[in-house]
Amino acid sequence: MSIDLSQFHQIFYEESYEGLDSMESCLLDIDCSNVDMESINTIFRAAHSIKGSSGTFGFKEVAAFTHVLETLLDQIRDGSRDIEPDHVDLFLQSVDCLRNMLAQLQAEEPVSTEQSNELIDAFNSILDGSANSESAGQSECVKSELENAGSSAETSSVASDEEGGESIWQIHFVPDENMLRTGNEPLRMFRELRELGTLTVTALVDRIPEFEGIHPEECCMGWDLLLDSKAPKSTIDEIFEWVVDDAELTISEVAGLFDTSVSVEGVGNVDSENDVNAASESITDQEPIQNVDVVASEGKKNTPQLPQKTPEATSIRVGTDKIDSLVNLVGELVITQSMLGQMGEEFTMDKLARLQEGLAQLEHNTRDLQESVMRIRMLPISFSFSRFPRMVRDLSRQLDKKVELVLVGEQTELDKTVMEKIGDPLVHLVRNSLDHGLEVPAERIAAGKSETGTITLNASHQGGNIIIEITDDGAGLNKERIRKKAVENGLIGEKDILTDEQVNDLIFRPGFSTADEVTDVSGRGVGMDVVRRNIQELNGTIEVSSEEGKGSVFTIRLPLTLAILDGQLISLGEQKYIIPLVSIVESLQPNAEDVNHVAGGCDVFKLREDYIPIVKLWEILGVEPSTKELSESLLVVVDAGADKVALVVDDLLGQQQVVIKSMESNYKKVEGISGATILGDGTVSLILDISDMVRMAGAYHQSSKVVSINGRHRAA
Amino acid sequence: MTLAEKSSLEDSDEKIGGNTLVEDENLEQYLTFIMNEEEYGVDILSVQEIRGWEPVTPVPNSPAHIRGVVNLRGIIVPIVDLRAKFNLDNVEYSPLTVVIVLRVAFDDGERIMGIVVDAVSDVYGLSLDDMKTAPDLGDHVNTNYIRGLASVDEKMIIILDIDALLESDMRDPEELKVVH
Repeated sequence: MSIDLSQFHQIFYEESYEGLDSMESCLLDIDCSNVDMESINTIFRAAHSIKGSSGTFGFKEVAAFTHVLETLLDQIRDGSRDIEPDHVDLFLQSVDCLRNMLAQLQAEEPVSTEQSNELIDAFNSILDGSANSESAGQSECVKSELENAGSSAETSSVASDEEGGESIWQIHFVPDENMLRTGNEPLRMFRELRELGTLTVTALVDRIPEFEGIHPEECCMGWDLLLDSKAPKSTIDEIFEWVVDDAELTISEVAGLFDTSVSVEGVGNVDSENDVNAASESITDQEPIQNVDVVASEGKKNTPQLPQKTPEATSIRVGTDKIDSLVNLVGELVITQSMLGQMGEEFTMDKLARLQEGLAQLEHNTRDLQESVMRIRMLPISFSFSRFPRMVRDLSRQLDKKVELVLVGEQTELDKTVMEKIGDPLVHLVRNSLDHGLEVPAERIAAGKSETGTITLNASHQGGNIIIEITDDGAGLNKERIRKKAVENGLIGEKDILTDEQVNDLIFRPGFSTADEVTDVSGRGVGMDVVRRNIQELNGTIEVSSEEGKGSVFTIRLPLTLAILDGQLISLGEQKYIIPLVSIVESLQPNAEDVNHVAGGCDVFKLREDYIPIVKLWEILGVEPSTKELSESLLVVVDAGADKVALVVDDLLGQQQVVIKSMESNYKKVEGISGATILGDGTVSLILDISDMVRMAGAYHQSSKVVSINGRHRAA
Repeated sequence: MTLAEKSSLEDSDEKIGGNTLVEDENLEQYLTFIMNEEEYGVDILSVQEIRGWEPVTPVPNSPAHIRGVVNLRGIIVPIVDLRAKFNLDNVEYSPLTVVIVLRVAFDDGERIMGIVVDAVSDVYGLSLDDMKTAPDLGDHVNTNYIRGLASVDEKMIIILDIDALLESDMRDPEELKVVH
């Protein structure tokens, strides 16, 4: 029995992706006129180890492809060939191609060799062009290796099929009109099928008569079902046992996880014939069955089943220094614990001072430990930045612009979850700067700037926040055009007076795009509002400042981690809730004369120059407040993106850092609540989702009565 | 389950219920609890722990039978009020009221949820033969989540399919209509 290699697959993927990333970054650094041998070596090493390990794991397509890549790299490395810009392009394409192949392997899909074959041809023509007999021989050997790869892929698919993977059953089921009268309920059958695996149901409604002609006891529908299940055909037959005589029923296997058509023949089995008969009996003279893979299903019973495809496990590489410091801290914690334990056993009042000292020590240890654990989740932002050089290179070619990308503060650390979520907004902003911000070389020269534009990505820490700035030295935001567009879209009135910041802020409104033409790159008007929303979901903010002709700066401010939040504890009746501190503008006691009642049930509050809608939290959350009198409550003015609202609360309790716990892990997403936390006394307190609050307050006033009935009910 | 665990479980059964359990592969063990003088059973393997009632934090915009959430050693666990779920009369909860914390398996993974019941009763070993399918109780009673009815010592025990019972709370109403 051989070792089960699949347990190492995840590591292989991670290492290969890392290798590809380093190949890509080195390739982008290569200056063809002055080649740094070290980067060629790095690229070669990465390619070589991908080839080696993919060969070990039997991913022949990947191994064969990397081999060709390696051949050319080898020649460049030993100096028998100079690297040319074309080569770099080709290598970059190969990196993409390998990424795709790995992704396909990871998703357990068949690997498509179309793209890789094209690239192999391109490589071969370079290699052949050198008229080097040795390299010709090598490409020859590559081809045969590829053929081998093809055939071994087939064998492996047969083998895996025998092990019993999931198969897809196509079931065509058109019952007789009388089926319901005989007491058979199709829904019940579908429910049983669903227990066997994933079921997709398509209803066939072509037999349904005109409305006048409908008879409620007649079943005029048919269904096409796709069942992705490990169950043998006999189990499926059993479900339809009662209806086979009164229905058109075809059950056929479309394909397994691996293409099963290979395995049907050759593995003949006496038992299986009975099943084939049974299967054909159950079929009315509709379509003939194709590929009834009974053999495979017979085999499944005895052999262990393939493990269920688990959701992609994410992992994180942590420096050993971080682990070491964690181990040290745990050691200290244990010492403090044993000291306190000892003291507790024989405690007298004269030891009180030492007890307090010990507790202070414990608090200190706990805080250190918490910080240290948080640091494990922190990664340098270069993980996110690293994709930009390639993107900017490709985009600048596509747009015919000359761009230099400067990355600053790549070592700034940030929580892994935040990093994953900030990636897309950053890409969007950089694309925007490239497309809208920077001008084409001719325009730049005319404006007296250098031909090459600069985009700077700068990350830095500021207090408990991380600041990411995207700066370009392009044309800047055209305030006149933004104004015009906003008036056209009805976002502002023609005569509204806006400050520069307010005008700039308009670009974050939904449906706003100043690009005159919609290009491939950007300008579809779904962009900046999504960027802002994504950032707000991370409890962050985004601002833009711009000077016409000089460029613009987008500033993103994010919390370092999603696990901890600075919160303001508020009380409402008997409940305590938490409002994220970042969204609070100010808190105040309202004066009666500043509160106005607008027809339609909404109160507004006059805060200096603005009128702010008042949101009665107790209505939305369905709790009984200690007072409904506004003058005895407090108003917390919160900022939810474009809108400010004032939340009515009973009292402000205190500010504290809270650890965010997910509600979804054991329950589900609750509207208006972004998570929960555990307070010092062990009780659970819910964290309010401010943007949800604003939306719900709007909905509340539209259907005031309905919600308030529910609200009371809930409070009971 | 390891042998040791199994035998200790059976030992405790003998103490609690006085039901001597024969070593039988076909027997499945059920923890039963009382609600409104009826006895209900759940598969003992899904029971994580049994706790006393403690005040919960109500969750807004949730169905009435979701009493709220509690802190279970750092995890947020929703508490389902079975009385409200089964349309029984509400009673006043006291520290003597019992919460059974269950691990339930849903399509998208395992969840930990608590159910509030009047009292925990016993542990029985039941085989599939002891169980009768629930009769069709008409349209207004959903029997999907009743796995079967069993009788032990002349008493009827309603065996619940706890996964099916609690999963319905996890879905939004629109989602339920779609046949997968």
